[in-house]
Amino acid sequence: MSVSADLKRTALFDLHCSLNAKLVDFGGWHMPVQYSGILQEHNAVRMAVGIFDVSHMGEIEIRGPEAGKLVDHVATNNAAKLKIGQAHYSALLYEHGGFVDDILVHKVSDTEFFLCVNASNQDKDFEHIKSHNHFDADVEFASEKYAQLAVQGPKALQVLQKLTATKLGEIKYYWFTDGEVNGVPSRIARTGYTGEDGFEIYVPPDKAEGLWNAILESGQEFGIKACGLGARNTLRLEAKMALYGHEITASTNPFEADLGWIVKMDKGEFVGRDALEKVLDQGINRKLVGFEMLERGIARDGYEVALNNEPAGWVTSGGPSPTLNRNIGLCYLPVQAAVPGTSMQVLIRNAPVAAVTVPTPFYKRAKG
Amino acid sequence: MSYPENFKYTKEHEWVSLDGDHGTIGITDHAQEELGDIVFVDLPKVGTAVTKGQTFGSVESVKAVSDIYSPVTGEVSAINELLQKSPEKLNEDPHGDAWLIQVKLASTSELNDLMSAADYQKYIGAE
Repeated sequence: MSVSADLKRTALFDLHCSLNAKLVDFGGWHMPVQYSGILQEHNAVRMAVGIFDVSHMGEIEIRGPEAGKLVDHVATNNAAKLKIGQAHYSALLYEHGGFVDDILVHKVSDTEFFLCVNASNQDKDFEHIKSHNHFDADVEFASEKYAQLAVQGPKALQVLQKLTATKLGEIKYYWFTDGEVNGVPSRIARTGYTGEDGFEIYVPPDKAEGLWNAILESGQEFGIKACGLGARNTLRLEAKMALYGHEITASTNPFEADLGWIVKMDKGEFVGRDALEKVLDQGINRKLVGFEMLERGIARDGYEVALNNEPAGWVTSGGPSPTLNRNIGLCYLPVQAAVPGTSMQVLIRNAPVAAVTVPTPFYKRAKG
Repeated sequence: MSYPENFKYTKEHEWVSLDGDHGTIGITDHAQEELGDIVFVDLPKVGTAVTKGQTFGSVESVKAVSDIYSPVTGEVSAINELLQKSPEKLNEDPHGDAWLIQVKLASTSELNDLMSAADYQKYIGAE
């Protein structure tokens, strides 16, 4: 195995090596892309349960009497509406309305918020939030304090319940609580990036390996699999969850990205609001839409998309869908065409291959 | 998996085995291992001209697409139909049943600068 010394490692790096994970450079982090194989790992999460090391994700803690005001100033969703113990998906924007990052906001108390942010954006996010902090609030870069394990799939609750006294069934989707898992102090959130039920657990890095092993053992009876970023990507794509650098970037805005639901224009002033106001006045030109290949061929990130063989947009994410057994993707198209049922072509090695826009998400779990 | 002694190997992880003036071409076990679950194999039609060092098709896994480069110059005389229906065979038997194409060679001397099995294993060990 080639191991670069320049890449950052999570607390579980040695463990991944011992599990024969295939490691890749992911935004400066040495991360497992797969263990047993992406298809097996993907299917384990859809059918039973899988565990992911997502410790590369960043954490930012905001505390103080005006912590909530700062969050509402820098993020698009309405943090004032969060209850203690509740979380939501939100976005940090530049003044021009493009994305700094997409984030999860957790309300720990009236004076404390816990943000989970993308690994490769964490330094930028921290600086961005600090630069807009005109409030009575402290912003702490807290990534070193946490490892993060994601346990995802229909059996995730059963696997974890054996290891904790916290009644996991009482944690609603997008809520969280602080407790212990296998004796390790943990922030247990019922969130995820797979389209399945599951939990994301934030723990001290020096306890992560022990907890990982305990969860793997607890999940044995359900066929739990260690899962890498490869399966994480196919799972999130099927669920049409955005990936920074792909669907969302500094030059795309939330309305184009079909994320208008996390922008609360009526909550009052926030960074990027003026630009979004203009966008709403003028209307958007392009929009994110899902598609499915009709002919043989797999669309990949960055491929050009055409309408009637005229250049019209680009693929943001694409690949095979293991659950649906079809080749799917997301792309930007002119807004009039970005509705289900539009015939389009994906340029694969300069050859147009037929595809059609479809409703999303591609996959939605049956509510249990 | 072992690397057959009678194959020649490229730096781009293809192999070729010679039978008279016909070469059978495939990708190596190392290549399939690196790609992971293979889901699609795009091959040229019989009769297509291929050129040494030029791409003639692609192999797609769940996570990525990879070009395949021809180790030889010549004309495609057969393609492996098995891979159209069962691309996953490339993960199981890359040096055997899951060969990609057969080529009628313009010149068999082209094989001289390719790697032996021992050299190729050294090469991937150092990669």
